Amino acid sequence: AEVEEILKRIQAHRGVIATMVINAEGIPVRTTLDNSTTVQYTGLLHQLTMKARSTVRDIDPQNDLTFLRIRSKKHEIMIIPGNTSIKITIELYVL
Amino acid sequence: IGHPEIFPLVFTTKTQEIFNCRVDEDVTEENCFKLFKKEDIIQDLKTRAAISDFHPIKNVVLEYPGEELLVVFDAKFQYGQNFYLVASEEAKENLLKPPETTEEKEEEKEEESREETLEVHPYKHPVHKPWVSLGSEKEVEEESVKDTVTKIKYMISRVRRKFGAPITFTDKNASHVKDSYVECTSYQDKTFSIKMLEKDVGLQMIPKVREASTQTKWTYPKNAATQYFPRQFSNEEKEECLSSEKLKEFLTSVHLRMEIALQQNEIMNAFYDDWKALAEDESSSGGKPDVYLKAYQSFTDLRYLKDRTISCICWHPTIYGIIAVSARERLSYEEQVNLSDKSLLQQSVILFWSFFDPIHPQLMLECPEDIYCFQFSPSDPNIIVGGCINGQVVLWDISQHEEKLQNAKTAADEIKMTAVNTVNASVLNILQYIYMSGPSPTQVQQSSTEPPSARYCAVSSIHYSHKKPVTDIHWLPGYSEENQMAATFGNRAEGCLQLVTCSPDCSILFWDIPVTKLPEQPSSEKLKEEEIFNMPLDVPDTLRHLELCWKPLLKINLCESDTNTEYSPVRISLRELHYHYKTSEKVQSLNTLEVPAKDGPYREMSIPSSKNLKALESISTGFFAGTEDGEIVYSDWKMEIDSDSAKPHTQKYTLHTETITTLQRSPFFKDIILSIGGWNFAIWKEGVTNGPILQSSCSAGRYTAGQWSLTRPGVFFIGRDDGNIDIWDLLKKTHEPSHFQNVSESMITFISPCSASPKQHFLAVSDDLGILHVLEICQTLSHTSGNE
Repeated sequence: AEVEEILKRIQAHRGVIATMVINAEGIPVRTTLDNSTTVQYTGLLHQLTMKARSTVRDIDPQNDLTFLRIRSKKHEIMIIPGNTSIKITIELYVL
Repeated sequence: IGHPEIFPLVFTTKTQEIFNCRVDEDVTEENCFKLFKKEDIIQDLKTRAAISDFHPIKNVVLEYPGEELLVVFDAKFQYGQNFYLVASEEAKENLLKPPETTEEKEEEKEEESREETLEVHPYKHPVHKPWVSLGSEKEVEEESVKDTVTKIKYMISRVRRKFGAPITFTDKNASHVKDSYVECTSYQDKTFSIKMLEKDVGLQMIPKVREASTQTKWTYPKNAATQYFPRQFSNEEKEECLSSEKLKEFLTSVHLRMEIALQQNEIMNAFYDDWKALAEDESSSGGKPDVYLKAYQSFTDLRYLKDRTISCICWHPTIYGIIAVSARERLSYEEQVNLSDKSLLQQSVILFWSFFDPIHPQLMLECPEDIYCFQFSPSDPNIIVGGCINGQVVLWDISQHEEKLQNAKTAADEIKMTAVNTVNASVLNILQYIYMSGPSPTQVQQSSTEPPSARYCAVSSIHYSHKKPVTDIHWLPGYSEENQMAATFGNRAEGCLQLVTCSPDCSILFWDIPVTKLPEQPSSEKLKEEEIFNMPLDVPDTLRHLELCWKPLLKINLCESDTNTEYSPVRISLRELHYHYKTSEKVQSLNTLEVPAKDGPYREMSIPSSKNLKALESISTGFFAGTEDGEIVYSDWKMEIDSDSAKPHTQKYTLHTETITTLQRSPFFKDIILSIGGWNFAIWKEGVTNGPILQSSCSAGRYTAGQWSLTRPGVFFIGRDDGNIDIWDLLKKTHEPSHFQNVSESMITFISPCSASPKQHFLAVSDDLGILHVLEICQTLSHTSGNE
């Protein structure tokens, strides 16, 4: 219930296209997109997140990745990694 | 002097006598040689010793080998004296002989030269010269190989019969020989012990060459593929995950960060390219084109537009390059008042022009009367509605000609008469219409001088129409209605089927075009004459005077009274769908919209009664109205139940001195309105009640037409009665037009902008002479800068 609430609040922000929650192994748990798109996103972003995290930790073992933002021409993808799950938000901008 | 054996001598006369070499007697020039014996000379020397002429050459004479010495008489003093002695035998011989030979040769040559002018030397073969040794043969000798020792020859012979004889071997006992073995010991043969001390050997260097080989293993490519599918949770698992505590914790800890990030994005547009925006601003501010409006085309027709002025211009909403104009008689003010008496001598028409054929109008719509204003239906560009001078509303359907209009550019020759669209059939079935089809399909348009004409398919009844010319007409989006209580109701969101008309007879009429076939009874009752398909809900409402001279134009007029109420489509209450007779109910319903009646004529809008529909509270019903006197009235449609107050919401502004010619809402801001009339213009904002937000000073000429620009929020065009167009750019100057340009000689009657394409923006301007000018708006006027 709380989970739903939080997710809904984030989804209701202006400009947010989709929200996704992925577990530690890269399997989507909760998503607002259709299945094929979700699968594509999780497959790609999960690996990227792992890589980014390992990079940060390699440089400084005490450090850890808190936020990953990918800004492209059309969208911005925001990823927050956690211990057990990862949350992804996709936003759209209009110039 | 080059001749060491020549000794010049001086012979005295005495000496000459002694030796018989007297000048010119014994010795002459030719015979100049004289041989003297040596003895004689010696004797002379002895006898005369010092005075002898030979004294200086005494030694020479003594040493002279020969017997005779030659003395030559030198007549020319070649050697300095008159005689000279030749001291050598050879020279003597040379002198004696060669002179003779040369003399002979000279004689011969002279003879020859007399005969021939040219001298030809006889050809001499190249004489072999003896080879002079320079030492090279020694080198050759050194290098050549010669046998130092003569080769030894051996001849070995044997008796012939011993050749090839069979060999007989015998045995020998080894013990017989001493040491019991026979051997043939090797010994050093002296003959082979000559050491070669020096040897001349030639050498050549080559790179080391080595051959090697390997063998590789050839692997050939092979295709391999795998198939996979992503792991997914089943629904139960998902739910389980969702409800887990860990997820909750995670999300609660995480969502704050996410929201911060999202807010950041909202605050600032991360994708905004400052660099590009800067460039755009600069490009727009710099450089001014000379001409803002380029004349693109102009259309006029001598036959139909003779002595006529254009009252209204409308661009075809979908087809590029098609523009329609309506013409009416040019009347003075008095005549205009007495319109009903006027009889039309000429058929009044609406002409369609195409960019691609400036001479022939594409289509002609017949009108019962002069058309004051007309509009294309926004939902169906084939429906055109127009308001007549006598107050009627006329409807056309040009679906027949639609294809032709579209093909106007490709094939002006063909005329395709398409069948009437079935879509419109239902509409037209209700109405009786007569199509006077143009020339038969086989006829070529160019051959016919007349453009195809379409007759109107519906005309409102005269009784229920306006009493005065319909000066403004609008289509309304068909989703709101008004009911009897004059509350607006939301309704079906169908195409635009309703329109509103205004007229100086203080009435505003809402009209409806039914989609479905109407029940016969109401329509038949309604049908007075031929076609009455529009049931105007005429309510003699004392609304403000609305004078709509043209389609609502936006002129910047500070005059207050609007003649046009520019209705943004959302706000206008529409006519109900069902036909209703005009009843007294309507009279009640519109009472609350009373507006102080003016003496001058104005147009009104009547509100039809409606059925029970859901009341819609949110639609705003305010509207502006401009009057003939130049007043702008702002009021509200919404009727109140208790109609006690006299127009609680109405405001009246008197700013303009003359008839309002334009009242138009800005296409960019829904609550900004431009009003133009008389000598000035004004910009109003809805809600600001004390006056206009911008008001211009009196201008030089009378303003007669105006429009907002469709592409730039701060630009609008005003036409004057002297044929000038003022272009106002509010971002540049607000006290005077930023540019003005003369377009025609006579008064400008209508302006209509159109964005045909992102690159081409047109402004259609019509004048009093019936000429339609199409001007192209230059880029600075049509393209918005960054944040306009």
